[in-house]
Amino acid sequence: MEQILDIARRSAQSAEVFRVTSIRTPVHFEANRLKQIQTKESVATALRLVKDGKMGFAQASGHIPPADLVNMALETSQFGYQANFAFPSLMSFEKVDVFDPQVEHIGIDSMISLGQSVIDAVCANTAGILCEGSISRGTATFEIASTGGGHASCKRTNFSISLDGMLVRDGDILYVGDIRSSCRPILDPSPVTGEIIRQLDLARTNAPIKSGNMPVIFTPFGLAGSLLAPLISAFNGKTVLDGASPLKEKRGMPVFDSRLMLTDDPTIPYQPGSTPFDDEGVPARRNALIDHGKVVQFYYDLHTAALAGASSTGNGSRGGGMPSPSVHALVIEGGNVSQADMIKDLKEGIVIEQLMGAEQGNILNGDFSGNVLLGYKVENGEITGRVKDTMVSGNVYQLLKEVLAMGSDSRWIAGYVSTPSICCPSIAVSAK
Amino acid sequence: MQDRLFSVIRGLKADYIEVRLDESQSSRLAYRGERLEEAGRTASTGGCVRALIKGGWGFASFNSIDRLAESAATAVEQASHVGKGRSEFSPSRAVIDKIEAEYKKNPVEVPLSAKKSILDEYNSIMLGTPGIQTTSVGYADIKKKVIFANSDGSYIEQSRIDLNLRLSAIASRDGDVQQVGLSIGSKGDFSTVEGLQERVGGIARRAVALLSAPEFKGGTFTVVLDPVLAGVFVHEAFGHLSEADHIYENPQMRDIMVLGRSFGGQHLNIVDGAAVPGLRGSYSYDDEGTPASKTYLIKEGVLNSRLHSRETAAKMGEKPTGNARAINFNFPPIVRMTNTYIEPGATTFNDMISGIKEGVYARDWYGGTTSLEMFTFSAGEAYMIRDGKVAEMIRPVVLSGNVFTTLHNIDAIGDDLDMNQGGGCGKASQSPLPVSNGSPHIRIQNCLVGGK
Repeated sequence: MEQILDIARRSAQSAEVFRVTSIRTPVHFEANRLKQIQTKESVATALRLVKDGKMGFAQASGHIPPADLVNMALETSQFGYQANFAFPSLMSFEKVDVFDPQVEHIGIDSMISLGQSVIDAVCANTAGILCEGSISRGTATFEIASTGGGHASCKRTNFSISLDGMLVRDGDILYVGDIRSSCRPILDPSPVTGEIIRQLDLARTNAPIKSGNMPVIFTPFGLAGSLLAPLISAFNGKTVLDGASPLKEKRGMPVFDSRLMLTDDPTIPYQPGSTPFDDEGVPARRNALIDHGKVVQFYYDLHTAALAGASSTGNGSRGGGMPSPSVHALVIEGGNVSQADMIKDLKEGIVIEQLMGAEQGNILNGDFSGNVLLGYKVENGEITGRVKDTMVSGNVYQLLKEVLAMGSDSRWIAGYVSTPSICCPSIAVSAK
Repeated sequence: MQDRLFSVIRGLKADYIEVRLDESQSSRLAYRGERLEEAGRTASTGGCVRALIKGGWGFASFNSIDRLAESAATAVEQASHVGKGRSEFSPSRAVIDKIEAEYKKNPVEVPLSAKKSILDEYNSIMLGTPGIQTTSVGYADIKKKVIFANSDGSYIEQSRIDLNLRLSAIASRDGDVQQVGLSIGSKGDFSTVEGLQERVGGIARRAVALLSAPEFKGGTFTVVLDPVLAGVFVHEAFGHLSEADHIYENPQMRDIMVLGRSFGGQHLNIVDGAAVPGLRGSYSYDDEGTPASKTYLIKEGVLNSRLHSRETAAKMGEKPTGNARAINFNFPPIVRMTNTYIEPGATTFNDMISGIKEGVYARDWYGGTTSLEMFTFSAGEAYMIRDGKVAEMIRPVVLSGNVFTTLHNIDAIGDDLDMNQGGGCGKASQSPLPVSNGSPHIRIQNCLVGGK
């Protein structure tokens, strides 16, 4: 990295190198059996430099001669935007625990038996089900250095269990599944098994449903899959800067139910989304986005913040190109109503566990519409079965303006969002 | 290189082993509103080894060719750890071949400044349209060379050039935000992204018009899809279900997907094939060294064939179709679509809509996804059909269906096949894979449309 900076220094005013080195070992299961073991090594290097006041960018995966990388970035700098911020030069960070050496010591055979034990338990519960999924362990090192003298690095471990079951009966396909992820080894498979069996039990029979408006319970999975994408877009400093966020003039104003609290929190120990610094070397920090229903702030990277006259909130993220604003780990604060009590209070309603196609609507506007891939009908306070061939449509701002109940059942979904179930007064259901 | 790869392969013991080396260069330009947000270049090198032993697979990927021998040993060791049964893998003839990239107008040779000036023009057309709040523009091209060698004795070098342009016009008024997009892709012809001024102006005007369009109340309707959206429909509604890796180890799915089963009317023919030339999903060999083919998935309404890798074909006693594809060296090949389309029929567009009292005309695409049985696909543009005529514009709709009924409900197939090359396909974290899909206009009875 120093070599790249040295070469860049000869032609550019300033430069910054970001490198991720990772190794990941997923163990894959298919049709209830172990199918494949993989080992994936990768190194990716990204260079930003400022030449004649303009930003150039190049990146490489795999080995590349440092001079080539610098030349590529110099070439693009002719077209780059006017550099409006300085690469951080002072880099010291609060410690956040994201590395557990135990992860690297979990043997392949332990990972295999972990996966097989979930599959065996699910198969014992439901005959004919076919499970697939993976158990994965990995280590990634993030390094960042700039010509201003700043240098930081962080090593992070990850362990995840992801398993799906597919049950075909009478030309009808049912999908169930769970995913859990942590910076520490997940050695107890029972929460995953329990979740999959819970979904199977609720979906044993199909229940009829009619078109109309009715109360809706989003489970943690359902909420993460349908309501989050519009919110993530609306709080993105770039969407706000472009005037395309419905929240652009709502800072400090009540927009959501007063019980709604949404925080981006990269400081929680051993969560996969946690980190001491973002992908630009800015300290990552806990940012409240919604406080008691009020819009608190938006999230920024360095470039967007400079354009907006704001400061980076430590949300610079690299998803394959130049940094852009992105959240680390969202936490919606839980309430005190159990999911069972939510259901008990409904005369007629729908529970949404998985919505398919929700992200295909006009996310900018908060709209979503999708097919209920897994969801249940509620009648007189009881779940009567799985709904099928059913679509729901709604708008996040209308749904979360006034909610009926916030659940006490918060959980992490894939390590990047923690949310309870939320019960909302009305959603539009279209059924065959 | 050929000798080096063969010597690594010959030095190891496995039922099957393959090595793939990737080398690619890409350039990207991205705008948000007036701002050029990214002008960047990327170079990538890497490779992988995959080994099959007693039915178990090992796979190791690496960034540096220096790691080849070690990764190959790892893949073999992993495969032998997994393998407990018998390997089933369709045999293939050894092929030695070299395929150069096809291009009409090579995007890699177009200077970045020329690309930028075209995007600048499109962006200013959109931003100059009254009512447009902002835009998003993304362009990328990639030149890629893949070297493949396997234990059959095949050695294949394939190069390709792919490009993609995505434009969105975003209109806003009184807190309401609407957007319309355009996505264009091509296998090595930069001229496909030139001369789009008319269409770019059109998406901007439509985004503004959407602010005044009424919301749609959901329900079941007679729906007419344009060739672009019908292409997304056939990809989601049937293409994914045709991928044999969803079927081959699932006895119930094998019963459901038995060849000869009726899925639609006699007028329905669905094709997939990388051997269909000149499209984004076209290639000569797949990532297991199988030559590309053209496969009739549905012929005259009846399930005729499916998409295979060498493993799924062997396990189902069918022939490989050349559909095993990997997005890059970090992934093993899996069964994927290539160019998927509904063959044209004889109905004109006017005849198709003339009998519809109240229906929906859905055009263009925004997205699509499937669970195999149920699928959703969303229109970029939608109108009511009233008394046999296209009537007022409505807010874009999401449509949904069930594969076992919806294909039967197609009761008219148009005469105007068109291929959409702007999409990419995602499966098992490998996204977006270049594919194309298409169809003529089609009419579907009793289709579920979401709405408030």
